[in-house]
Amino acid sequence: MSNKNALLIINNLHAKIGDKTILKGVSLEINSGSVHALMGRNGSGKSTLSYTIMGHPKYEVSQGDIKFEGNSLLNLSPDERAKLGIALSFQYPVAIPGVTVLNFLKTSLKSVLKRDIPIKELRPMLKAKMQELEIKDEFLSRYVNDGFSGGEKKKLEILHLSLLKPKLAILDETDSGLDIDALKVVANGITSLNKEGTAILLITHYQRILNYVTPQFVHIFENGEITNTGNHELAFKLEEFGYEYFAKANPLASTNSTKEVNYVS
Amino acid sequence: MSAELSTMDNLNQIGTDYKYGFSDVENYIFKSGRGLTPEIVTKISHMKNEPQWMLEFRLKALALFYKKPMPTWGNTKLLNDIDFANIFYYIKPSEKQGTNWNDVPEGIKNTFDRLGIPEAERKFLAGVTAQYESEVVYHSIREDLEKLGVIFTDMDSGLREHEDLVRKYFATIIPANDNKFAALNSSVWSGGSFVYVPPGVKVDIPLQAYFRINAENMGQFERTLIIADEGSFVHYIEGCTAPVYSSDSLHSAVVELIALPGSHIRYTTIQNWSKNVYNLVTKRAYAYENAKVEWVDGNLGSKLTMKYPAIYLMGENARGEVLSIAFAGDNQHQDAGAKMVHVASNTSSIVVSKSISKNGGRTSYRGLVKVYEDAKNVKCSVKCDALLLDDLSRSDTYPTMEINDQDVNIEHEATVSKVGEEQLFYLMSRGLTADEATAMIVNGFFEPFTKELPLEYAVELNRLIKLEMEGSVG
Ligand SMILES: Nc1ncnc2c1ncn2[C@@H]1O[C@H](COP(=O)(O)OP(=O)(O)OP(=O)(O)O)[C@@H](O)[C@H]1O
Ligand SMILES: [Mg+2]
Repeated sequence: MSNKNALLIINNLHAKIGDKTILKGVSLEINSGSVHALMGRNGSGKSTLSYTIMGHPKYEVSQGDIKFEGNSLLNLSPDERAKLGIALSFQYPVAIPGVTVLNFLKTSLKSVLKRDIPIKELRPMLKAKMQELEIKDEFLSRYVNDGFSGGEKKKLEILHLSLLKPKLAILDETDSGLDIDALKVVANGITSLNKEGTAILLITHYQRILNYVTPQFVHIFENGEITNTGNHELAFKLEEFGYEYFAKANPLASTNSTKEVNYVS
Repeated sequence: MSAELSTMDNLNQIGTDYKYGFSDVENYIFKSGRGLTPEIVTKISHMKNEPQWMLEFRLKALALFYKKPMPTWGNTKLLNDIDFANIFYYIKPSEKQGTNWNDVPEGIKNTFDRLGIPEAERKFLAGVTAQYESEVVYHSIREDLEKLGVIFTDMDSGLREHEDLVRKYFATIIPANDNKFAALNSSVWSGGSFVYVPPGVKVDIPLQAYFRINAENMGQFERTLIIADEGSFVHYIEGCTAPVYSSDSLHSAVVELIALPGSHIRYTTIQNWSKNVYNLVTKRAYAYENAKVEWVDGNLGSKLTMKYPAIYLMGENARGEVLSIAFAGDNQHQDAGAKMVHVASNTSSIVVSKSISKNGGRTSYRGLVKVYEDAKNVKCSVKCDALLLDDLSRSDTYPTMEINDQDVNIEHEATVSKVGEEQLFYLMSRGLTADEATAMIVNGFFEPFTKELPLEYAVELNRLIKLEMEGSVG
């Protein structure tokens, strides 16, 4: 069932931190423009997967491969991956004191788009996006994530990604910590990103966001691997029955011997 | 906007050129022999046609220099490596002092052109004195400043043209016997700036001087004296850069500031000496009642910098601020800090010191806060942050407090941190290379300093930091 034309192909990926193996054979394919949701317990390795795709130096790939548009990412630095069109919205965005949001966005866009957008052009561009995301103007002159509320950080992540327009956006719990209104606003941001052609890998604990951003695939992640894959329906089932149900209903899932994906309908 | 941008381009080139160093063919009218004797000191004074009292001052200072021991703090090993016998103490680059650009000799002009000075002058400067070697060769001042009675000239002309003022204040803040290097400067000083601002005059544009050292093994001993009369304001800025040479140069300046009651002096320095220069500077200010003095002090480059700008809060309600940054790379030691001396009651001071070390570079914060016995209601806050870019580098803090009174509110805070892997990864995941990401983190760390600088200096500093970061991450 492997599709050579998939945007991202992860094959039997194993990754470790120090001696501790955290990803234990992840296989996943994402087509251009598609939406995948990834759900799993705390500590199951979802963020590790997103860091590994983005190239965090702490995580060492010990087996398997990650291919983007047919080429392996494994020897590329994070900035090289970003330049290929991959972007990660962090579960815990990092503060950079003394660096303004405007400067950060401008520098990042210059690196990724290889075009130094003059402030005159950038400001109106930002203004439009910021209005959609209900972000106040003064944000631009604040320091990156420094003293931001949880929700503000997540909004900045989406603002940034919507400017980068990556081919693949990995959203690591972008919906966590958002109030009900902010969730809608951010979900709309994600939807319009997707409409412009960005494929989405949405890591979440809550079915709720999937009401706004409809996934074609939902994956359950357990102990370093994908144990179930289904359609949107799977997320409702998960919400109703919990992870335990899936672990029991799929004995294969609780061992790490399987590379096959179990479809639940 | 476009005027600003083209000046930014010029300033960017300063960084580029500096990185590799460049030096002009030496073309001097007089170069003193190596080493330091009473004869050389006398000769310097005679060549400058100085009054007898200045010659005597120099000779007394020389005797003190011979007698004074080396400082026992800072980096004593590097200090003891200085070979005083192997230094030129005076070089006079050309016969006459230019008052406008056309009079400046061609070779020197080329150097200035490469530094973007005339461009910068047209756009930003109220007046320029650029110190080329020991003697000021180019000097201009906006006419309206002259009309206000503001004196902004080089120290040698200051002595010639305003002898009474100079004699009244010269070496009153930093006497020749203050320390070995103050004594050295006092005996062989040459160049530097002399500024006097009459009562009530607010100079609204920064006065700027640009310094370079050019001859190998040449000591540069400039002497700056700034007097802000009652209720006046002045912002003085100097930027320094020097070409790269293979053997060591010595820069030992003395800077004295006198802020008379109700006045305000801001003194901004960005020094970017080449990496073989010893930069041993004595800077001190007196702030009388209701006066305010600010030292904004950026130390990049040099082999060893030892510099502790001081403010003596002499009168009630005087305020002092030192805001400094230091950057030390491979084989560099920045030993910098601040001294706040609260002599009078109701005085307050703030010290913010930020340092970065990389590739085994070393930074030290050395500070003194002293409160006199009968000084009441004194406030002082000291904050030092050090950022290490790798495990090879080092940062130390040596704060000293001498508090002789109970009625004092002192806050001291020091942090040392490493550039975080998570910060780097975050920026890189958004497309910045490792070097760009590090430079951005460093610029952010220095932001409290940079935002106090005029735009063109901020741009230059960010640019220099970016150059320093190249190849810093493996
Ligand atoms: N630097 C580290 N050192 C040691 N263990 C780590 C490190 N980083 C992650 N881990 C471990 O790896 C496992 C997976 O963590 P990860 O953050 O990927 O989980 P997650 O699925 O994203 O969880 P959550 O839903 O809580 O965000 C956890 O057990 C975690 O403790
Ligand atoms: Mg996580």
